[in-house]
Parts: sequence; C-alpha cells; structure tokens
Amino acid sequence: MAEIRLQNLAHSYTPTPTGPEDYAIREMDHVWEQGGAYALLGPSGCGKSTLLNIISGLLSPSQGQVLFDSKVVNELTPEKRNIAQVFQFPVVYDTMTVFDNLAFPLRNQGMDEAKIHTKVHEIAEVLDLQALLSKKARNLTADEKQKVSMGRGLVRDDVSAILFDEPLTVIDPHLKWKLRRKLKQIHEQFNITMVYVTHDQLEASTFADKIAVMYGGQIVQFGTPRELFERPSHTFVGYFIGSPGMNLIEVQPQAGGVGFAGTHLPLSDAMQKRIAESEWKTLKVGIRPEFVHVWDEPCDDAMQAQVVHVEDLGTYKIMTLNLDGAPLKVRLAEDKPVPEGTAYISFPAQWLMVYADEYLLEVLP
Amino acid sequence: MNKVQNNKAWWLVLPVFLLVAFSAVIPMMTVVNYSVQDIFDQSSRYFVGADWYRQVLLDPRLHDSLLRQFIYSGCVLLIEIPLGIAIALTMPIKGRWSSLVLIILAIPLLIPWNVVGTIWQIFGRADIGLLGSSLNAMGINYNYASNTMDAWVTVLVMDVWHWTSLVALLCFSGLRAIPDVYYQAARIDRASAWAVFRHIQLPKLKSVLLIAVMLRFMDSFMIYTEPFVLTGGGPGNATTFLSQTLTQMAIGQFDLGPAAAFSLVYFLIILLVSWLFYTAMTHSDANR
Repeated sequence: MAEIRLQNLAHSYTPTPTGPEDYAIREMDHVWEQGGAYALLGPSGCGKSTLLNIISGLLSPSQGQVLFDSKVVNELTPEKRNIAQVFQFPVVYDTMTVFDNLAFPLRNQGMDEAKIHTKVHEIAEVLDLQALLSKKARNLTADEKQKVSMGRGLVRDDVSAILFDEPLTVIDPHLKWKLRRKLKQIHEQFNITMVYVTHDQLEASTFADKIAVMYGGQIVQFGTPRELFERPSHTFVGYFIGSPGMNLIEVQPQAGGVGFAGTHLPLSDAMQKRIAESEWKTLKVGIRPEFVHVWDEPCDDAMQAQVVHVEDLGTYKIMTLNLDGAPLKVRLAEDKPVPEGTAYISFPAQWLMVYADEYLLEVLP
Repeated sequence: MNKVQNNKAWWLVLPVFLLVAFSAVIPMMTVVNYSVQDIFDQSSRYFVGADWYRQVLLDPRLHDSLLRQFIYSGCVLLIEIPLGIAIALTMPIKGRWSSLVLIILAIPLLIPWNVVGTIWQIFGRADIGLLGSSLNAMGINYNYASNTMDAWVTVLVMDVWHWTSLVALLCFSGLRAIPDVYYQAARIDRASAWAVFRHIQLPKLKSVLLIAVMLRFMDSFMIYTEPFVLTGGGPGNATTFLSQTLTQMAIGQFDLGPAAAFSLVYFLIILLVSWLFYTAMTHSDANR
C-alpha cells in the first residue's frame, strides 16, 4: 500500500532539451493517494505512458523525484518497487499454463509451492480463471490473456500499486464492460492504489474516482468526473471531455461583460474585475452543449442563432447553430421541439466559463 | 451461383510445370533410372531391380561413413546452435557496434567452401600454419594429417567458424522481433535473467531456431568440399563423410548404378531426419 508522490518531475527523451516542446513530461507535482482509483486521461502522445513508466521505474526521469510513502524510489529498479503494471497488449508467457503464469512472480520471489498454490487459486477465483488454469496461455483469447496479466500483478502480496496502460484496447467492446467492472471490484476488495491510463473518457469515468487529464506533458486538471464536466479548468479539458466537447468562443472584454461580433455576454462584476486584473493574450468563453438553454418561443432575454444542422442521435439531438459567425453545438433532449430557421438561446450564468490563455478564470465567492 | 469454368487457365501453370520438371523431376528420374539398371554401354543395359539398393544398404564402408556423418552433424548442431544463441544474446542491439558486429559475423558466410577449406588447411598445418605451429610450440602435439582426433577437431572447428554466424544472425533477428513490453513485464514480475531466457526469449526464438537447425543439419549432412580440401577424408577414412564416399563411388569407380541407389537413399535419410526435426519442434508443445 502506498501513496505515490511526484516532485518537480519532468522528462525529456532528448539528452539536451532546449525548450518546453522537448519535454514529454513538463515539470509537475502530483500525488496519488493510497488506495485511490485514478485515471490518467489524455490524447495519444500527451505523455501518459511516459508518466506511467516513470512511476513503475521502467524509465528514469530526467528531473525530479518519485516518492512512495515519502521514500524516494528514483534509484530503485522496477523489480524493487512493489509495483505491478498491465500493458496495452496482453503479455503472457506463451509456453506456460495459466497456473504457471500466475505463479511466475511468486516463484521468482522464492515462495514455497504450497503457498503459491493457495494464492494462485485465490486470484484465479477473483478473475474467473479457474477453468483455464491448466490451459496453455498461448491458446487464450485476448481478454483472457489480459486477465492473466492482471492476475500476475494481483497475485503478489507486496504490490502497493497497479498501473494499467490502456489495458482494454485489444478487448472486444462487450467484454470491456465486464473487465472494467472486475477491476472496480478488485479495487474495492484489495484496497490497492490503481492508476489507469486511457484516452477514452467513458472508461476513465467509469473506473476512476478521480481523473487526471493530461495535455502536452502536463496534468491540466485533476478532479472527479463531475468536476471535469462542470468546471473544466483548461479549455482542453472542456474540449476533450463530453461529447460533443465544450463550445469555446473567442471574445473581447466589453462594458458589463464580454462580447464578440454583435453578441454581448454579461458577466458578474467580480468576473469583470478579474478579467481586467489578469494578464492574458486570448480570452475565451466556454459553455457545454448540454447547458445552453433553448427557448421554446421567441423571448427578450434570448439571443438569436441560425440553425445550421441537426443530428438525431436517438436519445437526444445535437444542433449546430451559428451565433453571429461563431459555431455552436447544442444538445437538445429528444422530447424538445426542434427550432426551425432561428433558435432562441441563452447561456445560464453559472455554466458560462471564462478562459484566459486557455486556463479557467475563477472568482472566489 | 454459377461458377464459370475456364480450363484455359491451366495453361498459366504450364511454365511452372516445365521449370520444376527440368530443375527437379527429370534429373531425379535419371538417377532413379540408373539405380535400377546395370548399364555397360548404349546398347547393353540390364534391369537389375533392387539389387543395387541391396548392395548399397549392406556395404560396411557406407555404414561407417553414415555413422561418421551422424556423429558429425550431431556435433555441429550441439555446438553451433547453443553457441549461436549465446552470441546473439550478447550482441549489441543498436549503434555503431551493432553494425560492426553484424559485418564481422557475416564475413565467414561470404567465403566459398573450398576457400574455407584451404584457409584452415594452411592455418592448421603443423609446420607452417599459425594455429598448428603455435599449438606445437606450446607443447601440444597437434597434426590433423596424421592424428584422427586432431583431424576431427579441425574439421568441426572449421565448420563452427564458417557457420555459427548463420545461427547467430538468425537468432539475433528473432530476438529483435520480441516486443519490449515482454521484457518490461518480466522486470515487473522480477524474473531472473535465466527465467527471461527460458520463458520469453527461447519460446519466441523457436521458429528461427527451427530454420537454423534444419539448415545446419542439411548442410552439415551433405558436407563435402571443406573436409575434402582440408584432410582429403583422412587420416585413413577418419573424416570421409557420406558425400565423399558417394563421389568416390560415382566418379572414382564409375559405379553409376550403386551410386544412384545410394544417392536416393541419402536423399531419403535427409528428408526423414528433417521431417523428424520439424515435427518434434512444431509439436513439442501441442495444444492442451
């Protein structure tokens, strides 16, 4: 059991990095608490796997420290870190049976066979692998293989954290759901810190209590799925989480709020003050398609937007609007009438976020 | 569904038939033809049935060289396969050293057989050869021309020198094809270097090793030029292997009938042993 702390951590694959763009991981501090179920979410190439390999010790960071329970482990090899890692493509030892695969890490520790027998059967039961124990690992299906590679991590008593590197990529969709639930169960049962890397927001939010969103080698937000959805602290989080992502419109400050083209958006006094005091190059407002209010009939408080396109997704509709030249996606419940030609919309103040240089501007209440 | 029948397409296969006929079937049938006849000249030929085969199979000279041949090929495989794997495991993976090692390893493979024989013939000579005279200077009595054991060792060392590179290169390519993630998983599982070799590298090398074993078996079983140049089959008959015996019979004594029968038996032995190797290695861990 361990808390994993990253201090001033940075990593570059080039030996002499000259600028921030040379870094796969930009300097960061982060804590994964003991026993948590975390997801590390981000697009391909954002540094997720690099970060995971640094934690497990397969990669040595070019700067900063990794601490397990406030003990620096930078110098420890993966073998000595008490960490298990499950990889994107299932790794099984082909020529061994499932039993031998699961027993492998224990035998490497020199555990006696009787104890190995009990432990392996215990884990096989958790993972529903009992029936396969005497089968050769090479004859398993992809999801069975992935369960075996997870089992090799779980079978060890000394494992303080399990790292998953997109473990369900090669699994059939209907089995993904089952395996994800299995993972969740295992997490509850064993109270192990789990870090789950994925680029699938659904996978992240069903598995994890807290999600770290990575972008360009940095963790741009760390929070519950709900926080990520409701208050994205970076425009990337807004865009990446949710389907479709957040509407982002570049605006200029105006008296009483902000605006673009012919549209004016009023903001609270506190927010106006905050904007005036901050230094920034670009200013954007963001609102989730789910939170745009659509009026059933013309109304004085509403803005007028042209309906460009409507997509019916069965349980809801996605409308694409044109608001003074800015494209806008709006999610419309199935039972709501679809406006024709012109839609009357408004942005509820509580859901309208302001971003200065891509980061959320917050006003303390 | 109506299938369109067009037998004209068979004409497209004709070139292959012709090619295979001229390259394999016709020469082989010539040998079969010789092996069942006693031919004196164009007009006097007699069908002898299985006589030549019976004679060949009972010939003690052939028994001796067959035994020698098996011992020789066995030694070649026992030395070259493990040594090749060991070299492949220690080879640098990338960078300048890797290319250099690859080139050095490839050099013996590029040298023609009779040149290899000549190199070792001179290199090993007790009077003027670097190897032979050095050994003798160190007090080791070494002479491949008169001592059976020395001759055997020299022929074997020569083959190891010439062909281990092939095994090493095949294994190296096989090792390069193992994804990194296997090694990473093994580190996480705290596998020892031996366990990594036993459970990851060796199983993944199986297909290249199969090729290496087959190639080395077939080649060493048919070896001719190198021992012929080096020892001439001697001392006595100590290093006279099957193909040399066959050549003596066919060219030296001009016994074309028995030589043809012998060739076919020889061919069948190679086919059989290769098949045994193949089956043993591909079915060693049949599905459970």
